[in-house]
This record gives sequence, structure tokens and C-alpha cells, in this order.
Amino acid sequence: MTERPTFNILISGVGGQGVVLASYVLSRVALAEGYDVKQSEVHGMAQRGGCVTSHLRFGDRVYSSLITPGTVDVLLSFESVEAMRYVHWLKPGGLLVYNAARVNPSTVSSGACEYPEGIEERIVAAWPNVRAVDASALAAQAGTVKAANVVMLGAMASALPFTPEMLESVIRRSVPPKTLDVNLEAFRLGREVGAVPA
Amino acid sequence: MTPPDVAAADAGAKADAPQLEILSGNEAIARGAWEAGVRFASAYPGTPSTEIMEALAKYDDVYAEWAPNEKVAVEAATGAALAGARALSTMKHVGLNVAADPFFSSSMIHMAGGLVIVSADDPAMHSSQDEQDNRNYAKFAKMPMIEPADADEALRFVKTAYEVSERFGTAVLYRTTTRTSHAQGVARLGERVTPAGPLLQIQRDPSQQLMMPHNAIPRHAAVEQRLLELAEYAETTELNRIEMGDTRVGIVASGAAYCSAKEAFPQASFLKVGMSWPLPKRLIAGFRAQVDKLYVVEELDPFLEENIRLQGVQVDGGKDILPLCGEFNPGLVARLLSEAGVPGVDEGLLVDVPDAVADLPDRPPTLCPGCSHRGVFVALRRLRAFVSGDIGCYSLAALPPFEAMHCSTCMGAGISMAHGMSKVMDENADRKNRPVAIIGDSTFFHTGISSLLDVAYNKSNVVTIILDNRTTAMTGGQENPGMGKTLQGQDAPLVDIPALVRALGITRVREIDPFDVAQCQAVLKEEIAADEPSVVIATYPCVLQYRINGDAYTVDADLCTGCKVCLRAGCTALSLCKNKDGEPRVEIDPVSCTGCGVCAQLCRYEAIVAPVTDDGKDA
Repeated sequence: MTERPTFNILISGVGGQGVVLASYVLSRVALAEGYDVKQSEVHGMAQRGGCVTSHLRFGDRVYSSLITPGTVDVLLSFESVEAMRYVHWLKPGGLLVYNAARVNPSTVSSGACEYPEGIEERIVAAWPNVRAVDASALAAQAGTVKAANVVMLGAMASALPFTPEMLESVIRRSVPPKTLDVNLEAFRLGREVGAVPA
Repeated sequence: MTPPDVAAADAGAKADAPQLEILSGNEAIARGAWEAGVRFASAYPGTPSTEIMEALAKYDDVYAEWAPNEKVAVEAATGAALAGARALSTMKHVGLNVAADPFFSSSMIHMAGGLVIVSADDPAMHSSQDEQDNRNYAKFAKMPMIEPADADEALRFVKTAYEVSERFGTAVLYRTTTRTSHAQGVARLGERVTPAGPLLQIQRDPSQQLMMPHNAIPRHAAVEQRLLELAEYAETTELNRIEMGDTRVGIVASGAAYCSAKEAFPQASFLKVGMSWPLPKRLIAGFRAQVDKLYVVEELDPFLEENIRLQGVQVDGGKDILPLCGEFNPGLVARLLSEAGVPGVDEGLLVDVPDAVADLPDRPPTLCPGCSHRGVFVALRRLRAFVSGDIGCYSLAALPPFEAMHCSTCMGAGISMAHGMSKVMDENADRKNRPVAIIGDSTFFHTGISSLLDVAYNKSNVVTIILDNRTTAMTGGQENPGMGKTLQGQDAPLVDIPALVRALGITRVREIDPFDVAQCQAVLKEEIAADEPSVVIATYPCVLQYRINGDAYTVDADLCTGCKVCLRAGCTALSLCKNKDGEPRVEIDPVSCTGCGVCAQLCRYEAIVAPVTDDGKDA
């Protein structure tokens, strides 16, 4: 078997957006595909509206659970500012997939800062290899806004060395049974968006 | 170490192949403890250690509990081990400070069953007040220390730790960091060693278990002798291993730092240290003799480096190259060592990274929408009180827009520090400058009770606010003695906090509704003006843990003037928007608003409107 280089996925978002479930699914897919896997996130204060990042790495042999800035293959961001905050972590040619959604940080809610104007244009200018996804709307179309993270998995699927079928089978095993249909529809809608060239 | 054979996870894997599972380091420690036949486990929650006990509690043939604090947890585990069962105690790094007294004792006394004490350190202080390096505790307490690097080692090394504990008659310090405890990796699962059933009696051996000078003097000598034997064991144990590669560069490393160094210098020779106290003198000297240059790669203190140098071994680089503060990643180790002239770096890690975008709004953690602490801090800010804080979600009130906390050190200290302040203040000083201590329910049970006893017994003029949200919220909602439930779901007596406070000798005890800002402010003002110790208890369950979600408030855009006073509630459900004339107005996100109503109490124009219930009345 030829050596498979380590693939680095950085997921960024806000506490409560489903970053942990998305990395859970991706890491289990990587294991099922025969990769060594390391994943790292910091939890403890994350559920109180702070930023959350998850580092996911898979390859033939992975030691560190941490990605080095500048070596990210795919940056998956669940919020526009959190996409912009980590875009410099991408390697040249890396892909940014982000949910064009706004979640106010506490610093904006309190009036101390303003949410940046024209964030989407700034993201495209900073990183042309980008897929902007209206994941919240697509998730709502699938049945619940809460499935936005699964829409995002669908939207990034074509950039991964996995088969969509394997991703779907792990999603089937990872979500509560009564939300299965909604999540599979969310995944399908995400894949449709991801199939369109940026 | 053989890496987990991930290919065996493919369909058609050999029937005898080990079962592979992705586990966090913490889940792996729990699994390893269960496989080792652990029967008793006691802990206090603390990031990044909490999930060990949460995972272990799910195995139905292990007794696992949350103790009121880490000292109690280690003592309880020591008792279980002394009686003959394998026992586990887990905590975050600063928790070991609380447990230091029994920790040192557990190195001195003989226990029939194995005892492993986990310290999960937090380099980079992701969720801590310091980044102390608890490897120093092993040397201090003359105790063996084992450090896993990833989930697979975390599982396997625990089992070895119990063998070491029982063979040498000492507790073992099992030290992880955030990037081992919270990192997931592929681990090989094994079977549980079936422990002996419940014990019928406790073996008596006061000479080795009752530490008064007569017994402790010979025990100290025995502990010193044991360290020599442990150092001999360290020479040959599989916990330490040499991976020979390019002999120009030898790297000594342990834990997560090993993982970073291994990726940064994949061809180098490594001495991977899994048992990091006591150190194997001959193994290190032998490794040194095989390489041209020796580097020590470790986070935080130069623990390995100093002790290797003390053995007379030449070290060519360590903390002169790598930082004392924070955590490492492969790119950092690659850059700093290669800049220092170390050959063989993975060039792919030496990337020029553009600067982060500077003008983005910060996104610090914040009190949740609907948090029962919010109203109290709005009142405290209005009163301009000096607030002596403590460790919990309420620490977030130190940040804007509240800025209503002025000191905070360690758990329980909010009350006792206020006591000290009060005793050195002029008794004629304006009462409004009197220190106010604030503490949560779980922290009060942890070490706050004894601090409040000091206030009552020695009569200091302190107002103590107990924010009782019926959970250990900051670490993710763990059970505590104020909840009526245990870790494993058993019913438990519920502590009556007002009665407990009175029993300590406090006579002024007030209870407030934390969502009634005017009442909070009025009661706190009265208590601050009073001339005796006072306790104010604000009780309402944690919105997150108890999934409290009422109907959302709305903003009447015709009444809102855009004055932004409501934004001082520091609630992320509120934000500024513009009306059709381009004037600023506040809006409320109906998804995140839980209907607590604190913002409406701040509005002077009655523009924030309560939800209407089905019968047409205001909720």
C-alpha cells in the first residue's frame, strides 16, 4: 500500500453549533477507512458562547493531535467570523467550507465591538478557494436548523478521501434515531451545494 | 510501541485482532482502569480531567463518585486501596494542591490494593488559573510517575500503573496534559481483570499504615530504598523505549511533547519516556552514547532536562531553545529546534503563516442567555462593590460588561480572602467598601464551608453570596451534594444550604430571587450596610444543565430608543440592529432567549416585552 499523507481538517465554530458531532463523525469515518486518527478539542468553557475549534488528523500514522498553522487541508467553519479568524491556517490550495451565518459574540451583544461589515466579501478576498454554504437555511429546509452541522459535512464531502456512502453510514450510526431522516436530508442538501464548483 | 493496527478495523479483520475504538485520553484512562479491575474511584470535577470519572461511572461493576473536593477523593481512594481494592482518584493539576496532604501520605503507607492518582495538567491554561507542572510532585512525594502520550497509551499504561503500585507498595502519579486527556485517538481494547469481590475484613498493619513518628521514621527509609528499586525497574520497563533512527540527533521526550517532536523530526532517534520518575540512569546514558547531540523536548518546566543533567549526562538543548510557557505543536518544535541547528526537520512544517486578521471581534466565553447569575452581577455592578471572586462560571462576570469581580485565586478562597481584607479595613470605613465574597454551590461544598466558618468564628464583616445553581456548571454539569443525586444516579440527601450556614454560626441569612434585579440590589445594599457577617443565597437551577427554556421576550421597536442600557445585561441573545430609518435598535434572538427577563428590568422605556401566555396574560 502506498503511503497516505496525513490529512488535516480544522473545524471552527461557536459553542453549541455541533462542532463536536461533526468531528465525531469524521474521525469514525477515517477509522472505518483504515486510517490512524487523532483529534483534539478543548472543552470546559466552550458551551458558554466562546469559540470552539477541533483539530482532526488522519493518515497512516499520526502522532500529534494538533495541526500546525499553515498545513490545514480543509477548514470547516460554522460561522463567518470564525472562518475569517482561522483562514490563515489553510495550506496553499486548501479549501475553506463555511456556513455563511452570523452568531454574535458577547463583545458585539454588549455593544463593545461591531460585527464586521462585508465579512463574506472579505473571506473571498482572503481565500478564493472557498465554498460559502447557507447551512442554516438548508438545515431548516431539511427539518431543523440544528442539522446545519450535517449540511456542512455534506458540503465538504467531495473534498475528502472518503466515499460519501461511508460518511452517510457513519452519520446513520451517530445521530439520534428519530432525527435520522432529517439528518440524511441535511447531508444530501449539503452534498448538492458541495458538488457545485466554487 | 506498536501503533494500533488500524487496518484490522477493516471488514474481514482477523478474529483475534484487538477491538479498536476511538477514545479520548480520558475515556481511555477510564477504560484502562476498568480493565485493570478497579473497584473504587473518587474525584472532584476539573478541566481537563472530568471525563475520566464520567466515563468510568458508566461501567456498572465499578463504584465511582464525586467527592466534595480532591483531598477527600484521594483519602477515600487511599482507604479503598488500603482495604485491598484497586482504586483511582482523578483531578486537574490544581486539584492536586488541594489533595497534597493525602497525596504525600499515599507514598508513605502500605496499601494492599493498587492506587493510581491522575493529575491532568493544563499547559496553555485553556481552562485554569495557572499552568503548574505537576511532574514536580512525583519527585517531591517520592512517588513513581507514568505519562501516556496518546489514547492508546493512556489505556495500556494505566494497567501497568496498577502493577507498579502493587509491586512496589506505593500510589502512582499518572500525569496527563490537556492534549492527552482531551485528544482522541485509536485505542486497543482489552478484557477486564475480574477483581476479588467485596471484602470481609480489613488487614491490620499499623506499622505500615499508621503514620506517627515511631512508624514513619522507618517508613521514610523504606520509601528511599523503594525509589532505588523503582529506578532499577525504570531501566527495563516497556514504559520507556528507545527508537533508534538518525544518530546525529537524540531526543528525550514524554507525553504530548513526544508527539510534537516525533512529527517535527520523524527520522531522529528518540528516548520516549513513559515512566518519568524515577528516571532510568543507565538507559539515558546508553542512549546518549549512541547519538551525537541530545535534546530534551518538554512542555513547561525543565523537569527531565534538569534531572538528566544531574545524572552527569550532557544535554545539548532544552529550555534554552524551547519555551517554558504554554503548549507545543509540531510546527513550533520544528521551527525552534531547526533554527537552533538541529538537522532532520520535516520541512513541510516550516511554513510561513500570514498574520491572523486583527480586527475581528473577540469571542470570549460568557454567561449563557438565561443564566441565573446575571441579575446578581447587574446588582453588584450598580452597587460598585468590591467582589472577592471564586472559581466557576461566575468568574466570567469579571469580563465586560459586568467587570464585577476584582480578585480570584483558587477554589474557596473568595470567602477567606474577603475575611482577611475585612480584618485589615478601618472599622469606620464607608460600609459600601466592605468586601463581598461570591461563590457557587459546588465550590462552597468544595472548600467554601471551612472559609465561611472562619468568617463566622472570627467575626469578620464579610457579605458572602452563594450562587446556588444546583450543579457544577463550569465543568459541564456534574452532580454535587446540593442536587440530591450522585454520579451514578443514586438518590442522595440534599444539603440544606441556609441551615448549614446558620449551623456555622451566621445569623444574618437572606434568600433572593436572582432574576429580580431590584430585589437583589436592595437586599445586597442592606447586607453591605449591616454590622455583622451575612450570607445571601440566590437559588435557581442552571439553565444549561436543566435545559430551561421559556418563551422569548421581544422588543417593541417603536419604544426602543437604542440607548443600549439593556446590553449591559451581557446577554448574547441581545444585539443591535438598525430600524428602517437607520437608527440603532435592540433586537432579541428568539432562539437563544430563554425568557429570564433581566434585560427587560434594565429598560427604562418598557420596550422589552414579556411573552404572552396562551390565556392572554403576561408570562
